[in-house]
Amino acid sequence: MSLLEFRQVSVAFGDYVAVEGVTLRLAPGEFVSLVGPTGCGKSTLLNVAAGLLAPSRGEVLLEGKPLKGLNPLAGYLFQQDAILPWKTALDNVALPLVFRGLPWPEARRRAMAWLEKVGLGRFPRHFPHQLSGGMRKRVGLAQVLIAGPKLLLMDEPFSALDVQTRQLMENELLRLWQEDRKTVLFVTHDLEEAIALSDRVVVLSAGPRSRPIGEFPIPLPRPRDVAEVRLTPEFLRLHREIWELLRGEVMRAHAGA
Amino acid sequence: MPGLRARLWQAGLLLGFLLLWEWASRTGRIDPFFFSVPSEIAKRVWRWFATGEVYPHLYVTTAEMLLAFAIGTLLGVVFGLWLALAPGVAAVLDPYVKALNAIPRVVLAPIFTLWFGLGLLSKVALGVTLVFFVAFFNTYQGVKEVSPIVLQNARLLGARRRHLLAHVYLPAAASWIFSSLRTSIGFAVIGAVVGEYLGSAAGLGYLIAQAEGVFDTTGVFAGMAVLMAFVLALDALVGALERRLLVWRPKEGGGR
Repeated sequence: MSLLEFRQVSVAFGDYVAVEGVTLRLAPGEFVSLVGPTGCGKSTLLNVAAGLLAPSRGEVLLEGKPLKGLNPLAGYLFQQDAILPWKTALDNVALPLVFRGLPWPEARRRAMAWLEKVGLGRFPRHFPHQLSGGMRKRVGLAQVLIAGPKLLLMDEPFSALDVQTRQLMENELLRLWQEDRKTVLFVTHDLEEAIALSDRVVVLSAGPRSRPIGEFPIPLPRPRDVAEVRLTPEFLRLHREIWELLRGEVMRAHAGA
Repeated sequence: MPGLRARLWQAGLLLGFLLLWEWASRTGRIDPFFFSVPSEIAKRVWRWFATGEVYPHLYVTTAEMLLAFAIGTLLGVVFGLWLALAPGVAAVLDPYVKALNAIPRVVLAPIFTLWFGLGLLSKVALGVTLVFFVAFFNTYQGVKEVSPIVLQNARLLGARRRHLLAHVYLPAAASWIFSSLRTSIGFAVIGAVVGEYLGSAAGLGYLIAQAEGVFDTTGVFAGMAVLMAFVLALDALVGALERRLLVWRPKEGGGR
């Protein structure tokens, strides 16, 4: 059974149809990337998966059951910073446990372990504005993972970071993912990032009325190093093959914009 | 914080102004009957505190002001939160809030005196009508400006309504509420003093009204000076509290 399934999902905002007839299955433990030109409704699909947005037509199944309201199994890493600026790194990470009824001391104790896991063991008392962009992303990642989601939704989480920090974070993500293999739906416009991270890359057509137009399994061996894997012939072959399809959509998006 | 140089200039400016005033009054360039003399005012303030005759008045004004401040702020924050989180209610009540806020508060003083008597309560009520709206509008605005991303994130992490209130809405509105507190203090004082001025038996406003009644400008200015120092002290107190509670805010114009 798939962990998450889109069944003929369409989302319209008034007259504007963002995505139409999207059907997509995510197996448990699978890392799937959605790539597509800007404005193709990638984030819309994530919001539907998170339960923040109800589809206009079609349905989303979570472990075989229709999703109603917020997705209880999902953790969502937003593109923008979403951690609370008025809480320290430690309290931000502890917060999801407090929401679940744990007392603060216990929540903080467990949060400390997660901060160490994402390499921020030395910054528990720092406020977000005192941390760099990459560090804030790590806090966000720990905050999402501490709640133990089965499904991880990621909306171009590293797009605002510089290239080095970005590769560091991608490797970090793979390392954490390797530990317990959550199902991941990763949205990006960066094809290289998508290939380097995923088990499967899904290409979306240019919006409006965007839908999947191609699926590519990525048989690269794991564990991977995102910087090194980019240099392998297999990676280049996949890149060429997917880009062939994606390029046309990017052109169309440009022509439309 | 201003540097030492700015501090010296500030002190110099005050001193220069007082000296000019003193000199002008003593040499008859301005009439001391209408403008008094700084040294006389200082002496009066000193005598008030030395004999202790000012303390009961100070106590009454402080009590009225603090009560108006606390009650007004509390009501304002609660209503601000409520209306911000219940847009339907806000839409219905909007014209009433605007209408009530449009009343010049001074005209309420006689009504409050009739309702609540000449004592403390009528002044507190007047202060509350002023303080309430400041706290209300700021809280409302603060809650409305919470980042939707932060809010969605908190909800997805499992926050319930009370969690959102405690960890998202209130902290987000806190900087607005604090900036409103500093305005509110001024309004609470206005409520108390105007109330006293229009009819009472104690308080700094009463003291000033009495002095005015016998054309004692020195007394009027002395009352004003005491009030001013009093408000500045309270403002500094709120400022210190603000710095403690809003440590998470990036410093203006510096840092990352």
